[in-house]
Amino acid sequence: MAKSSSLQKTTLSKGVKVTFTVAADEEELPSDDDDEEAISASEDEEGSDDERKHNKLLEAISSLGGRKRKKQSERSEASVQVSEFAVNAEGTGEKVNLSDLLGTVEKTSGTSNKTKKQLRNLQNSKETLELPLNKQQTEKIQRGIAYEKTAQEVSCWNPIIVQNRKAEQVVFPLKQEPLGPRRVEQVVAGWKVQTPLEQEIFRLLHNNSQPVVDPVLTPVEEASLKAMSLEEAKIRRAELQKARALQSYYEAKAKREKKIKSKKYHRVQKKARRKEFLKQFEDMCKTNPEVALEELKKMEMSRMTERMSLKHQNKGKWAKSKAIMAKYDESARKAMQEQLQMNKDLTQKMVVLSDDEHESKDEESETVPDFVNDPEPIIDSVNPWMKGRLTREQPEVRCVTPEEAEAAVEDNTEEELLGEFERKRRLRQADEEGSTPAEEKAEHASEVVVEENEDVVEISDNEENDDKEEEEEEEVDVSEFNSLFKLMRSEKTQEGQEDGEGLLDEGPIRVQNMEDLEVLGEVFEPQPTVAPSRPQTTVAEAASAPTNKKNMEIDLREVLTKEAKVINVPFFPTVVEDEHDEQISIIKEAFAGDDVISDFMKDKRKQEAAARPKVVDLTLPGWGEWGGVGLKPSRWKRRRFRVKMAPPPPRQDQKLPDVIISEKRNASLAPHQVSHLPFPFENPAQFESCIRTPIGPTWNTQNVVKKMTKPKVVTTMGAIIEPMVKEDFIKSRTTTPAAKGPAIMFSGDKGARRGAKRPSERNQRRSQKRRK
Amino acid sequence: MAAATPEDSSSTHVEKKSKQKLSKRYWEESKNPEQKSKPEEEPSKPEEEPSKPEEEPSKDVQIQNAATVKERSFKRKKGESDQPVKEDPFPGQAPIPTERLQKFRRGEKHKTPAGAGRKLKEAIVFSESVSELAQKQAARYDLLLPEDAGFLEGDDGEDTSTISQDDIADAVDITSGSKYFNLDLSQFGPYRLDYSRNGRHLLLGGRRGHVACIDWQSKELMCEMNVMETVNDVKWLHTEAMFAVAQKKWLYIYDSKGVELHCVKKFNDVLKMQFLPYHFLLATASATGFLQYLDVSVGKEVAGIGTKLGRLDVMAQNPYNAVVHLGHANGTVSLWSPNQREPLVKMLCHRGAVRSLTVDKTGMHMVTSGLDRKLKVYDIRAFKPLHSCFLPAGASCLSLSQKGLLSAATGDVVQVYKNACGSSTLSKPYMAHRLRGQVCGLAYCPFEDVLGIGHDQGFTSMIVPGAGEPNFDALDTNPYRSFKQRQEWEVKALLEKVQPELIGLDPGQLGKVDRASFEQRHKERVEALGFDPLAKEKFKPIKKKKGRSSAGSVEKRKRKVAHEDQRDVIRQSVQEKMQRQKEVEEKSKEKRELGMKTTLDRFRK
Repeated sequence: MAKSSSLQKTTLSKGVKVTFTVAADEEELPSDDDDEEAISASEDEEGSDDERKHNKLLEAISSLGGRKRKKQSERSEASVQVSEFAVNAEGTGEKVNLSDLLGTVEKTSGTSNKTKKQLRNLQNSKETLELPLNKQQTEKIQRGIAYEKTAQEVSCWNPIIVQNRKAEQVVFPLKQEPLGPRRVEQVVAGWKVQTPLEQEIFRLLHNNSQPVVDPVLTPVEEASLKAMSLEEAKIRRAELQKARALQSYYEAKAKREKKIKSKKYHRVQKKARRKEFLKQFEDMCKTNPEVALEELKKMEMSRMTERMSLKHQNKGKWAKSKAIMAKYDESARKAMQEQLQMNKDLTQKMVVLSDDEHESKDEESETVPDFVNDPEPIIDSVNPWMKGRLTREQPEVRCVTPEEAEAAVEDNTEEELLGEFERKRRLRQADEEGSTPAEEKAEHASEVVVEENEDVVEISDNEENDDKEEEEEEEVDVSEFNSLFKLMRSEKTQEGQEDGEGLLDEGPIRVQNMEDLEVLGEVFEPQPTVAPSRPQTTVAEAASAPTNKKNMEIDLREVLTKEAKVINVPFFPTVVEDEHDEQISIIKEAFAGDDVISDFMKDKRKQEAAARPKVVDLTLPGWGEWGGVGLKPSRWKRRRFRVKMAPPPPRQDQKLPDVIISEKRNASLAPHQVSHLPFPFENPAQFESCIRTPIGPTWNTQNVVKKMTKPKVVTTMGAIIEPMVKEDFIKSRTTTPAAKGPAIMFSGDKGARRGAKRPSERNQRRSQKRRK
Repeated sequence: MAAATPEDSSSTHVEKKSKQKLSKRYWEESKNPEQKSKPEEEPSKPEEEPSKPEEEPSKDVQIQNAATVKERSFKRKKGESDQPVKEDPFPGQAPIPTERLQKFRRGEKHKTPAGAGRKLKEAIVFSESVSELAQKQAARYDLLLPEDAGFLEGDDGEDTSTISQDDIADAVDITSGSKYFNLDLSQFGPYRLDYSRNGRHLLLGGRRGHVACIDWQSKELMCEMNVMETVNDVKWLHTEAMFAVAQKKWLYIYDSKGVELHCVKKFNDVLKMQFLPYHFLLATASATGFLQYLDVSVGKEVAGIGTKLGRLDVMAQNPYNAVVHLGHANGTVSLWSPNQREPLVKMLCHRGAVRSLTVDKTGMHMVTSGLDRKLKVYDIRAFKPLHSCFLPAGASCLSLSQKGLLSAATGDVVQVYKNACGSSTLSKPYMAHRLRGQVCGLAYCPFEDVLGIGHDQGFTSMIVPGAGEPNFDALDTNPYRSFKQRQEWEVKALLEKVQPELIGLDPGQLGKVDRASFEQRHKERVEALGFDPLAKEKFKPIKKKKGRSSAGSVEKRKRKVAHEDQRDVIRQSVQEKMQRQKEVEEKSKEKRELGMKTTLDRFRK
């Protein structure tokens, strides 16, 4: 039905030949109401418009004929042609002529002359419209067209299919989300800054020119990265390492000291600390009265607690037991007295004696700066989580001197630590020099940091060496770091020769290569190492002086000494073979009985004979002639029926007279071998060359093994592998990485779009199919 | 080439010339320093590195005089001139020396044939690329084997063979010095010995029944016992947990504590043993002339071959292909695999009986000594003697080290030769050592510069510098492996066990296509299976009832189908024959008819 309508449609749209040769079942023009009904029933969803026109036409046609409209007669009897739309079959076989149709056109005023002329021409022409092709043929043509179309459509898949087939490895599902955490912008599509907190954060970020989207490197960091060369970075890194190492040493030391259980040690320590503290306290009173006041308060507190407690008043269990012993034991008495003394000391007013654990680590601070233990200062009380970084950097960004750019790099905590470290050292240096004027300091500050470091390090080395106390081992390590700095800098500053003496004091420096040696060259002469001269002792000497220092578990001294003497005599010289007749004769004598060579020859001959294919004699005695005992078949017959086999390939040992090589095939290996050449290969040589490289880890490096045994298809466990969608690969091919959208739009939007789009696409495709 | 541009375009010839000249000079300039710097191999030279990249961008500047270069470099050091981009003076990957690449080459490269299909081309290209990568990587990683063997060097005019062991032990460090020691074991007669594969453990077997295993480096005795029987040979099995002892009658297997695990009565009168580590096979040669293989992983005898060559007291294995070499009294050496009842190769080596033989690690060379007092070195790939020399006393025991040092025991003297397998003949010993008794067993300790000597008066461990392989494969034989590692290794080794069927002269045979014809393979299959799997079943008449299965009728029925195939063939041939005959007849008839026709026949009706 649909098809016929489409046919009509084509003819009408052309509007050239309007001869109507409608199929028999449609010829009868039904009444209006019926017609409508029929049309509505047969109406297709896409051709409704055409149907309407058709309808009109039919009406017009019906009005033309001048025939009176017939009322639909009721069907009373069975007829051959029954329309399913309750149209009766009257008037079948009648034809509609063009003239019938054109009459109205002539009358209507609206039509142009041109059309009229055309129509008239049409009428005059005798040609009739060709018959439409029969159903099979039209279908065939349509199929052909459809095939071409589909083939073209499908052919766009070809490259990806070929690519996937050729690929060493295909990973499914094709669209894999990148591992690891994603940016917020990627996760949340169309995200906007809304809350005041967010706004504030972003404002901060913007103000500090921090990256909003890709928080890997700030522009400042990038700039600093550009500014810093590799060597500088190395130096910086080494310094950082040093700082870290120092910190760890300090921590280790503190831990170790904490663990020491010796009371005496602690006592001594405490005493020392007290002294130190007292010394310091006086200074502190002058310089830093607040802290001193605090200290005083603390002392007061400790005094109070002491007064409250019964700790040092010989009231405890231990004290009582000591009291019993005190009569006889000097030490017990002493201990008790000590206790009392302690009490007295502690309760004494204003005498500074603190028992609590706070202590100034002055001693350690020589090597380890205080800031190591300092808590990180909280800068902004409002936003305590925004530690250091941003606010720190602000001023540095403002002034863009090269030095500052350099300094800007110290943004993370370690760098900060390092900076402080340097500052401390600088201070110390200043202290030591004493005479350094203030302007020099200022100059120091303005200098490039790297250069500064050099001097500082040198001097600090000196200092360290001066005041080394119990931490020698640590210092050695530190000095190693220092030497490392030196080496790095040595190519930069060659004028720095004066640091030779500093180096001289330095601990053991590992001289690893020639360059190191050069650096140390001026400082100390490398001691001429005594070349390990070969023991000149002759064998005889060795024999006379048995070695005593070598004490083996198994005492074989006497054996050795005896043996050694014998060794003095050179051993039997080996003589390159000369065919002495004499020797030959001796040998012949010795082996007169067995002629080895002839035996072997015989054996070989036998083997060769066995390997040779035998002549098969198929003569049957008695056939065609007399047979019986003593009768031989005739020579002719024997010749006739003897089958000679093809000669075997030459033996492997053909040219080796003293070797017999077995020609037998190793049949047990055959089941393990490949007997049929696998598919793409055309000859065994190709295949053999392809499998000649072993793939096991015994013969290959790890990476190669992995590459060789890579699976062809990889699937993720539990992941749904969806069929490939055209957009996936087409987009990947067409869109270049240059075409960048806004970052926030990027993935979330895409996912959403696809999720929304897919069902509709499917629908479209389905409808297309239906249309065909 | 910017320098050439200002010249006139009309004089192109001249321009060309200048261009050529320039380029030539440029390359000469740039190449020379590179060549100079290469042999030195010092990547971290501060002076050279910065100067090199400067040369490359400045192509137009032909020669920079030294002063400017210096100046520039000086500036650089001060850090004032900042060139942001440094060019890599050695772009790309480091080149690999060709000889090292050659070391890891596996077979010839195969070119893609001209008319090959796409798939074939792909397959070949892929395999070639992969094998090339494998070769390159292996060559690259060869760098990780830094150890090298060194040798004893005498002073001018000093013969290294006169340097005594004591001197060496004194000169070397304490640990190495302690590797020279004697075990005075005069009671239980000449000793046989064996080192475990990783060289840590030593097994001693005295002829009069004394068996001891020692962790010889720490001198720690693991077990010691007397089996109260003659001991012919001792051998470690795959680990140091088990060893085999060939005693007077049977073969025994003990564990490292000395507990008897097995008495293998199938293996009697064993004289010599060899253990094939990758096949887990213990090969034994007996006095009765039998060569037997025992699979120690499953405890099964894999093969027992009667060699019919008399008493077998000379035995060695080829580590390259696991073929066992036997020396015989008639001066021949025969090569055996468990898969063949006859020797793979038999070669006449000596006029007299073969006294001892040994094969080197690579499986290229075999050294034999015979009663004719000769020592011969063979190339056993070509089966040709390389050179032979005459030892006045003849060598009773031979052993080759991992690095190819040959030791030969002549009476009570052990001589060590360098370059035994080289092209030059043996001239004089590299080292020598005299012992107190006749030498009975010789073995180099793997991965150590130590030669173990078993003799009448006990055992001597001798230092031979340069004998052992300095680099070990920790996954295969690790001298320092822990208990856990040993366990893991054992499991892996068992999983990777090579089947005894694969033993043959050419170990690469497995990677080749079997080109035997179908008939031959079928024949072999029938032989192996004992029946023909493709054979037709014999007709078996159905048992019928009611007396119709009488012997007569059954026979009749059989007669009906008997020779059915043959009948078919005959019928067919007969038919063909008939057809042919018919044709021939027809032809002849026509001819006859033609021939009979006369001119008057045309008038005949």
